[in-house]
Amino acid sequence: MTEAIVEVKGIGKTYDSGVEALRDVNLSFPKGQLSTLLGPSGCGKTTLLKIIAGLLPRNAGQVLVKGKPVDGPGPERAFVFQDFALLPWADVLRNVAFGLELRGTPRPEREEVARKYIAEVGLKGFEHRYPAQLSGGMRQRVGLARALTVNAEIILMDEPFSSVDEQTRRKFQEDLLDLLRHHQKTVIFVTHSIEEAAYLSDQIALLSPRPGRVSKIVRPDVDHSRSPDEIRRDRGYLDTVDEIWGMLRQYV
Amino acid sequence: MRRWQLASFVLFFGLWELAGRWPVSPAFPPFSNTFLALVEMTRDGTLGKAYLITAQPLALGIVLCAVAGIAFGIGMGLSRAIEWLSLPVFIILQAAPMAAIIPLLTYMYGIGLTSKVLAVIMLAAPVIVMNSYKGIRNTPPSLLQMCRSFQGTRVQEVVKIVLPHAAALVFTGLRLGLAMGFIGIVIAELLITPTGIGDLISYHGSTADYPKMFATIASIVAVAAISLHLLQRLELRLFPRD
Repeated sequence: MTEAIVEVKGIGKTYDSGVEALRDVNLSFPKGQLSTLLGPSGCGKTTLLKIIAGLLPRNAGQVLVKGKPVDGPGPERAFVFQDFALLPWADVLRNVAFGLELRGTPRPEREEVARKYIAEVGLKGFEHRYPAQLSGGMRQRVGLARALTVNAEIILMDEPFSSVDEQTRRKFQEDLLDLLRHHQKTVIFVTHSIEEAAYLSDQIALLSPRPGRVSKIVRPDVDHSRSPDEIRRDRGYLDTVDEIWGMLRQYV
Repeated sequence: MRRWQLASFVLFFGLWELAGRWPVSPAFPPFSNTFLALVEMTRDGTLGKAYLITAQPLALGIVLCAVAGIAFGIGMGLSRAIEWLSLPVFIILQAAPMAAIIPLLTYMYGIGLTSKVLAVIMLAAPVIVMNSYKGIRNTPPSLLQMCRSFQGTRVQEVVKIVLPHAAALVFTGLRLGLAMGFIGIVIAELLITPTGIGDLISYHGSTADYPKMFATIASIVAVAAISLHLLQRLELRLFPRD
């Protein structure tokens, strides 16, 4: 097994309202792989992801990135938001370059980088459109391109496809796999879709609901180098889906 | 669409004409007499002079509100301390019947320009302040998290996200503030001392020259409606809705 780039140790989180979202969560995320946090709604998977991102404070435990404890956001982690979090008054080019803009990268330089990633996510020609003029799938491609521009090793994705329709989602998933393997990113991905988790992941952490704990870690026996259609008919893929469903049905 | 709008005006003025000729009341002139009075008052310059007088406290009040009110509303949105101190005041001011407070201004500041400017400010400020405050406070949390996730500073957060997001609501506040300002200035000119448009309304009322009285009222309604409509069009152009 490859070395862990992100580790969480004994994470606990209780909201001010008294709801205990997470209890004693221990996980490690292997470098260069795609790990999924999977579980029913209310199991604290988004909370855990935001704690790893440094966007939410935790009540207990530690987050280690490359062996060092972290307490806030850092340049080695970039976040992709469920609701895209795009600036409605800025065009695609400025939105994609926004992470670099915040870091003070000069405009010509950051726009050059942004144009490159806009092309990579398949939005060439849309540089000067505004978010309101784009479909949900295209908006999330903007969100992904923005996360890629800052050249973070770790991409954190919070249900990025939940507001995207089914056909667009499949295409996007395939593109995502290609892109992330090409750039050798480590990805931590939150989803409630078993098929999505089994199709995309090298490692799946199943969370139990309220308070969220790791109930099982599954490493799907799926060869990601094969074509998407082959994967979806693959024995290992189908077995993984069945296995996870078997474990999750008790919570439903 | 335009044809129906035109039809609606024709119907309204037609009914007005009929009601005036019936007559509903001796103090209710038909549309045609009112319109002729309006033409006459425009020609001999009485309306123009009156508007010049009325416009001064209105413009002064709105400009003061725009500068201080927006700054204050933004301050309330950004600082919990300022919010805690002043939010109750503005919530009460928004609900208070201002006409009851305006006589107080006369006791304190006399019958001059100051009182009338203050009347405009008292009506316009709450909505301008509250809209600026809400514009700041309603920034989507995910945009703020996005800024933090890229290690944006608090200053960047305010300059690049919070303020641009608030701009549309601030502008709406200004437009609604101007609408309130029109109400404020007319009340002030009727209650404090008759000047400008308020003077024309009360003078022609007291001499029973009802066509001129109605013409003045219709003109201030039209001026307010048209200027607010133009501002709304400008607003839609500057801040297109999603």
